[in-house]
Amino acid sequence: MNFYIVTLIKTGLVAAVLLTFCAYLVWIERKVLAHIQLRPGPYRVGPHGLLQPLSDLIKLVTKEGVIPANVNMFYYLLAPFLSVALALVSIAVIPFGPVVEVFGVKTQMGLTDLDIGVLVVLAMSSLGVYGMVIGGWASNSKYSLMGSLRSSAQMVSYELPMALAIVAPLLLVNTLSFREIVAAQEGFYFGVLPKWNIFAGPLPQAFSFLLFMIAAFAETNRVPFDLPEAETELVAGFHTEYSSTMFAAFFTAEYASITTICCVASLLFLGGWHPLWPAEYGSDFAPVALFLGAALILFFHGAQAVKARMWDRFTFPAFGVVMLGLAGLFLVPFLKPLLVPLFWFAAKTGLLIFVFIWIRGTLPRFRYDQLMRFAWLTLFPAAVVNLLVTGLAVALTTN
Amino acid sequence: MDALLFLTFAGIAVLCAINLILQTHPISSALSLVGVMGALAVLYLLLGGAFIAAVQLIVYAGAVMVLFLFVIMLLNAQAERTTSKPAIRAWVSVPLLFTFVILLASLIIQRAPAGAAVRFGEFTGGSVANVGRALFTTYLLPFEITSILILIAILGAIVLARKEI
Amino acid sequence: MPAEITQLLPAAVPLSWYLVLSAILFTLGVAGFLFRRNIITVFMSIELMLNAVNLTFVAFSYHLKQVDGHIFSFFVMVVAAAEATVGLAIILTVFKNRATLEIDEVSSMKL
Repeated sequence: MNFYIVTLIKTGLVAAVLLTFCAYLVWIERKVLAHIQLRPGPYRVGPHGLLQPLSDLIKLVTKEGVIPANVNMFYYLLAPFLSVALALVSIAVIPFGPVVEVFGVKTQMGLTDLDIGVLVVLAMSSLGVYGMVIGGWASNSKYSLMGSLRSSAQMVSYELPMALAIVAPLLLVNTLSFREIVAAQEGFYFGVLPKWNIFAGPLPQAFSFLLFMIAAFAETNRVPFDLPEAETELVAGFHTEYSSTMFAAFFTAEYASITTICCVASLLFLGGWHPLWPAEYGSDFAPVALFLGAALILFFHGAQAVKARMWDRFTFPAFGVVMLGLAGLFLVPFLKPLLVPLFWFAAKTGLLIFVFIWIRGTLPRFRYDQLMRFAWLTLFPAAVVNLLVTGLAVALTTN
Repeated sequence: MDALLFLTFAGIAVLCAINLILQTHPISSALSLVGVMGALAVLYLLLGGAFIAAVQLIVYAGAVMVLFLFVIMLLNAQAERTTSKPAIRAWVSVPLLFTFVILLASLIIQRAPAGAAVRFGEFTGGSVANVGRALFTTYLLPFEITSILILIAILGAIVLARKEI
Repeated sequence: MPAEITQLLPAAVPLSWYLVLSAILFTLGVAGFLFRRNIITVFMSIELMLNAVNLTFVAFSYHLKQVDGHIFSFFVMVVAAAEATVGLAIILTVFKNRATLEIDEVSSMKL
């Protein structure tokens, strides 16, 4: 029974962290976009808008859920549920760190480790299109239908280059289990250069990484490929007719799939939880230094708070103390093997998520024909050639 | 546990299949078929076919059925009209099909290898490595021929979808 | 799980259960193929039959402890994907020319 209890605890923990993170990802996205566009962003609810996700949640849940006339009720209600369920499922095969021992229980960080982990993620991302298609069709609205037609064509098209881009690093590591993929990327060349797949021999997979990220943008319907929800032409695409909790479900699904796909990218290409430089050069103390720096910046700005932002005088030092506490946690010998891999994994994933937001603040949207042409005439051939070259390099160097 | 899982997903598969032929709207039928495929994928996992289960979801549920949905939505297919003529074929063929399935089932139960039972985890030969090895050694020629088949299918689809026909 | 239920069910699933399930699904596919008049639903019934056959392949693959059954069902899937591509293109063309999806109405050889 021990196994069931441990799994139950881990599932609860992962679900809670993932959902909270998805809520805060909205805040992060709005803040980053705002700063790119020289605006302050959410500012009213809580210090620097930190309670904004909570108030958004309360707003979305307490709002009246308007169900338009003549919708196909069963499928209309099924779609958001399907969407969010399929987006959350694939986190189950993602490992967050090595096998650790907590309170005498030896367990892996992550819910499960399947031999076909990569295939499960691909399957769930290809099934994720059903939520959009059903939602758009059941809404009985032109805009929704156009949005869902676009999304089904787009997701099917971009799955191919994405799968091919994933296969190339898999040729180097010879396994489909995420844990073994990360294990194969352990170590350093010349003692400094990490053996991550984007650096690894015989052929560094940086190009595959680029292809994967481009396809990932399209798979998660993000700018510049957010055609299914192009607001200038389609109001809001497939979720035009949704409101209240059902809209929140689609929103959560989008952010959960972004998180998952960034986790997959950092596991496949960026070495998962392996540090950027060897431990003998002090990579274990990177999180301490980072949080300490953050605390110092917060203290500095708290002391310099301008009159218009009176509360910064109290909130900044308060968060500085929190950061100091976090830095202290990384120094506790008991927690160190638990937290340091988690930090590196979270840092890589967070960086990729930041790139997602950054691109959204930078690039305009493609036209639909450009999108399809790009998928079939540029991305797909490039992925095929990349796979062939990688295969050739692997075949020539191994016996 | 094995039997419980089997019965659950077999039940889902049969119910979805019945729903497929009872629903009048093609979209409902298509989604029922997706349900059948999902349930079958779980049964493949129980039978030790990890790779085939994943391919079932990726290729069948994720690509082929999305194509079906795409075409249904593109053509804006409506629910089937019910015909006024009493379907005499239903009165004849439903009992016939029932007899067929009962005969088939009894034959299977009679002829099935005695004592053959499925326990989850006893056969793990369906892993990606094993399937891949068999596919690229023993079955290399059929595999290459399927690639030609797919090429022909692509060409056929493009020719058929041209505007002039 | 209550003890009564566990005792009712066999510890391991007999192979014949899988085969019977496959037979039932196949028959349902045949029924859909015969009764339905929407060309797309008829097509989906064919896919259901193919799926039922795949289950038999995988079940026997388990019984014989060989991987060949998986390979066969893999090939069936490839053929089904190719078939779906061409079949749906044909359906699109039929719809373009006759503006109907009922198979009973697509009975004449010439327009």
